[in-house]
Amino acid sequence: MATNDGSPVPARTRPVTRRQFATCAAAAAAGFVLTACGPKRLYEMPRARLTQAIRDMEARYAAQYGTTVSVSDAPPIAGVEFAYALDISRCIGCRRCVYACVDENNQSRDSQVHWIRVFSMEKGKGVDFTEADPYYAPAEVPEEGHFYVPVACQQCKNAPCTKVCPTGATWTEPDGIVVIDYDWCIGCRYCMAACPYGARHFNWSEPTIPKAALNTNTHYLGNRPRPKGVVEKCTFCIQRTRNGRYPACVEVCPVGARKFGNLLDPASEIRYIIEHKRVMVLKEDLNTLPKFFYFYAT
Amino acid sequence: MNFLRLFARFVRGSVFLVLRGNSAYWAWIAVLLALIASGGIAYARQVTEGLGITAMRDQVSWGFYIGNFTFLVGVAAAAVVLVIPAYVYEWKPIREIVIYGELLAVSAIIMCLLFVLVDIGRPDRFWHLLPPAGHLNFPYSILAWDVLVLNIYFVINFVVVTHILYRAFSGQHYNPRIVVPMVLLSIPMAVGIHTVTAFLFNGLAARPYWNSSILAPQFLASAFCSGPAILLIVVQLLRRFSRFEIQDAAISKIAELMAYAMFLNLFLHGAEAFKEFYSNTEHVLYTRYWFLGLGDHRTLVPYAWTAVGLNVLAFVLFIVPGARRNWISLNIGCVATYAGCYIDKGMGLIIPGLTPDALGEIYVYYPTMTELRVAAGIFALGFLLFTLMLKVAVPITLGEFHGGTAGQPGGASQHA
Repeated sequence: MATNDGSPVPARTRPVTRRQFATCAAAAAAGFVLTACGPKRLYEMPRARLTQAIRDMEARYAAQYGTTVSVSDAPPIAGVEFAYALDISRCIGCRRCVYACVDENNQSRDSQVHWIRVFSMEKGKGVDFTEADPYYAPAEVPEEGHFYVPVACQQCKNAPCTKVCPTGATWTEPDGIVVIDYDWCIGCRYCMAACPYGARHFNWSEPTIPKAALNTNTHYLGNRPRPKGVVEKCTFCIQRTRNGRYPACVEVCPVGARKFGNLLDPASEIRYIIEHKRVMVLKEDLNTLPKFFYFYAT
Repeated sequence: MNFLRLFARFVRGSVFLVLRGNSAYWAWIAVLLALIASGGIAYARQVTEGLGITAMRDQVSWGFYIGNFTFLVGVAAAAVVLVIPAYVYEWKPIREIVIYGELLAVSAIIMCLLFVLVDIGRPDRFWHLLPPAGHLNFPYSILAWDVLVLNIYFVINFVVVTHILYRAFSGQHYNPRIVVPMVLLSIPMAVGIHTVTAFLFNGLAARPYWNSSILAPQFLASAFCSGPAILLIVVQLLRRFSRFEIQDAAISKIAELMAYAMFLNLFLHGAEAFKEFYSNTEHVLYTRYWFLGLGDHRTLVPYAWTAVGLNVLAFVLFIVPGARRNWISLNIGCVATYAGCYIDKGMGLIIPGLTPDALGEIYVYYPTMTELRVAAGIFALGFLLFTLMLKVAVPITLGEFHGGTAGQPGGASQHA
């Protein structure tokens, strides 16, 4: 075989044989099928691929927000299961937690998404949500005769929201945090119908976060920016708590009503509260086993 | 090759049939196409702007779309209501219209799937539900079950009608070894799609209005009313506009079956209302919102009582033999059933289920223009599909359109 000018064809450009072609084609097809069928949910993604996926996320956010965004893939810590306790007798209804959460967790500013909602209740009526007002706006809090019950995701051990998800886009992590894969959620909102605490929120339009306000310290299962059309919720500030920090709402609370810690550590504050105070959970009859406790310290 | 030639003739003949019609036919098609276009434009805007242009919010996170979906699952039962008397009890007069019931079921399921598609926030990720590329959370998610049973029911009905029509077209009798087992299988499958769709709501302890074991039987009862209600009207139209014949006895028999189903529907509703109001626990809130309103929030009350009134009216008209044999009262009964069940099982199921929301807030939901247009577009698409399928199926079953060597293309006669 020769080229136009008569020189011999170099070995590497020799035409492929039918067998070589078939082998390559089969390998390519197998590779394609394996890639297509391989795990794409963050839930089951092997470490190596997760690293790549996170690099892609960082590049995407950098382009979108014009700044360096770090996406952490900090795994759960062995021997840690997070729990939360809120002292109803201390809460003054100032909603600082609501807005600290918005800033920390990159919630949409317009339209507003709030992972924490605070309910104003009348003292005579007790904890009764049908009589509660989430839109209270007095000149000053606390109001006479009122007390306040903030509600966010209760991180249920027996979570009704995760089992209904048709695509397996939401699950409970080994440290007890219920998380959502924003890249896998199809936005059917079945989990929102299943949640007894109104804790799940949908991005009804493209979320807006001013570039300057973006918290660039994110976690892939937590506060990284979300797209339109998916569900989001409180993750116990997974980007902080897996690094040994408190959730933003705990830090900001001016009256120290919010307590957080490791349920598996007998010396933790959360264990002290559960063992020594009168704690309750919301809608106990539903057997959701929340890891979010309410108590009256005084 | 013979098959290919026959198939080509079938396609050519079908196109010929579909393009033939009087001015009423073309006006109907034009209206449907206009609605589809309007729905398509509205949906395109919804995709770009997000579901925020619907009235749904975190408090009422499902609305008009899922309501229509639930209702149409009921309509898909039409086929089975006819299959049972026709095949199980060998009642000949109904057998001729089973095929139309199945065509209706096929159209209804397509509408169902479209209503789910327009409701989800990320339609571009629909494939996430489809293994092996996606992941279906089976058996934990009831929505995963629903995806399965709806598609199986769709395939069964599609295969049966295609087989019967194709055999009739090629001049053969259908193969009972294929049709009878499939038709029999479609009975438990129809029960299945309703049960699973009811369980979709029923399984949510967070929503006491849905968390009632009476929901699945009530779904079945109302489905056995709403499906045939449409079919009875269609059959009368066919009788009027084609050579298609059906005995009055068959129509009357279906109306009688609907009366029993409607009785059961009303009875189950009554049983649920009794339990809620008499025990008067905090869970009565939702039933109260539907029937009586909560404080100043009385938006749904007129709908609730309209539905009750229509359903009772339909029951009376169908149970009295004289009334169901009178064409006027029969059709009033059909429209009343359709409207009653539409309110009851659509918005009447979804909205009180979600209002007040999980934390007691009352958000008054009223579908926006976008939702109405998208929904009208989907209904129009379903009706267009049904019309076109009938346009081909009726001449086949009448023997006017067949693969023989008649003068017309594909053997289609002028009559269609």
